[in-house]
Amino acid sequence: MAQIYAYIVHKDGVADDSALELITAAQKIDAGTGVTAIVTGSGENLDRVCNEMAESYKEVYKIDNDAFAYPNAEVIRKVLVNILPGDSIVLVPHNTFGMDLAPGLSIKMDSAYASDVVDVEGMDGSTLKIIRQEFGGQVSTHVNVDISGGAVITVRPGPFAPDESKGAGGQVVDKSGDIGDVSAKRKYLETVVQEAGDVDITKSEVLVSVGRGIEDEENIEVANELAEAMGADVSCSRPIVDAKWLDKSRQVGTSGQTVKPKVYMAMGISGSFQHLGGIKGSPFIVAVNKNPKAPIFQVADVGIIADILEFMPELTEKISEG
Amino acid sequence: MEILVCVKRVPDNEENEIELNSDGNDIERDDLVYSVNEWDNYAVEEAIQMVDEHGGTVTVVTVGDEESEEVLRREMAMGAEKGILVSDDAFENSDGKGIATILKSVVEKGNYDIIMTGAQADAGAAEVGGMLAAMLDLPYASLVNKIDVAGDKLNVGREVEGGDQEMNEIELPCVLSIQTGINEPRYVGIRGIRKVASVEIPSFSASDLGLASDSVGEAGAQVKKVDYFLPDLGDGAEMLEGSTEEIIDKLIEMLKAKGGLQ
Repeated sequence: MAQIYAYIVHKDGVADDSALELITAAQKIDAGTGVTAIVTGSGENLDRVCNEMAESYKEVYKIDNDAFAYPNAEVIRKVLVNILPGDSIVLVPHNTFGMDLAPGLSIKMDSAYASDVVDVEGMDGSTLKIIRQEFGGQVSTHVNVDISGGAVITVRPGPFAPDESKGAGGQVVDKSGDIGDVSAKRKYLETVVQEAGDVDITKSEVLVSVGRGIEDEENIEVANELAEAMGADVSCSRPIVDAKWLDKSRQVGTSGQTVKPKVYMAMGISGSFQHLGGIKGSPFIVAVNKNPKAPIFQVADVGIIADILEFMPELTEKISEG
Repeated sequence: MEILVCVKRVPDNEENEIELNSDGNDIERDDLVYSVNEWDNYAVEEAIQMVDEHGGTVTVVTVGDEESEEVLRREMAMGAEKGILVSDDAFENSDGKGIATILKSVVEKGNYDIIMTGAQADAGAAEVGGMLAAMLDLPYASLVNKIDVAGDKLNVGREVEGGDQEMNEIELPCVLSIQTGINEPRYVGIRGIRKVASVEIPSFSASDLGLASDSVGEAGAQVKKVDYFLPDLGDGAEMLEGSTEEIIDKLIEMLKAKGGLQ
């Protein structure tokens, strides 16, 4: 079995939640192989993350360079190709960095690519058996991946439980001297931070959240009326922001806001993993959707199969009556 | 500015409930409504807007069967000048790398400044753009939600976690995967599609593109889908049933108990 490596995403000296989830994924691929963490960055923040990772990984590659203060996937890809053996199995979180880095990495390492893996069933010879999802999570697929020449695998954040056992007593190995050429035709300029909106949904206790099921811009008012009757705020899923019907500050999801209400009313939201990734703190989730196969029903506490455009006004009326 | 946009004909997620077929080895495709992949449509709109402002040509390409021609015509009705259909039985069951290999050979037949893909499609892999860039040795940016021309380079915004936007300078030629929301794609009516109905769309086969049969399709695939199944529902939601009035009464009780009515 080839060596397994896990790329650690981190920010401001703190490792991303995915860092410990990758250990679990690696063990499901091969329980017998040790996993090496790869941490790129610079200065004190890098050292802090490396030391944190050494509690959970037996071996931690530290790759220090001023150019890595902000991770540019175009550069990191070159570094990994230079440092890792060709038949390596490289695990990367399926987030905005992983999606930038990993597909091209599989080409440059001439290895197989498995994307957005939600579970691993194990090895059969040189075939890795994994599970993915398609059509926004409506169906799952069993997938066989020939990893005889190595593999790059992006792992969905969330489904793999973090390995919090610690106590690995790992070693930090400085690989900074082996990185080779770090020039790139893409240069990081700056990060433009999301502007605050009129309502801070991250502080809302009750959210009426609308998705595609709202169908039309003028129907947003129906959600506003329900929210008003409930004393809630209105949030939404990505398609509503793409259509410019609500401001981006109202978007719940990994590419929007992370909310932690007591009650979350998912109205006409199918429930993609990116959307669910923005809901924390185990709220009471009510899902109303006319598609009985909508993935949101897997995670909701209460489900109702209905057209939200008919259901919401009736609920509003009943609540208003007291 | 010569721009190639790679598009795909996919089952429309909004119009369909995806179900398994009776054998469980595929989804039930008979009554599916197909359309252009949503992300690709944003990419085409972005390309058209860039060409309107800076001059040049937008070409749309798809790998698929003859029915895929309809999505090319739809995108040409939006304003893409040229279409290319790439079609061959040998391409069936290609994995992401196979599709990228086919597209690479198309790119090499032209002279493009920018190659765009949608950030992802129906399989949710988000892989073809990044693979294509690596095969062509071109710089790549994924999840692009803003493009400004800056001299002989581009300034592109990438959508990253928390609603933030990561700005990058990227050299041309380059490959970009486009995120939804970057623009507001124009409406295409029947009349628009009729206007481009007679425009000839060249079709290329594996041999036209000089592709070895073992580099694409089933033979070249390292990643093979075995079957489809319905995800384990886990505990799942408690489904409320009955008349709307009964459902609403029950829901209000629950909301009161959980602090959802203030």
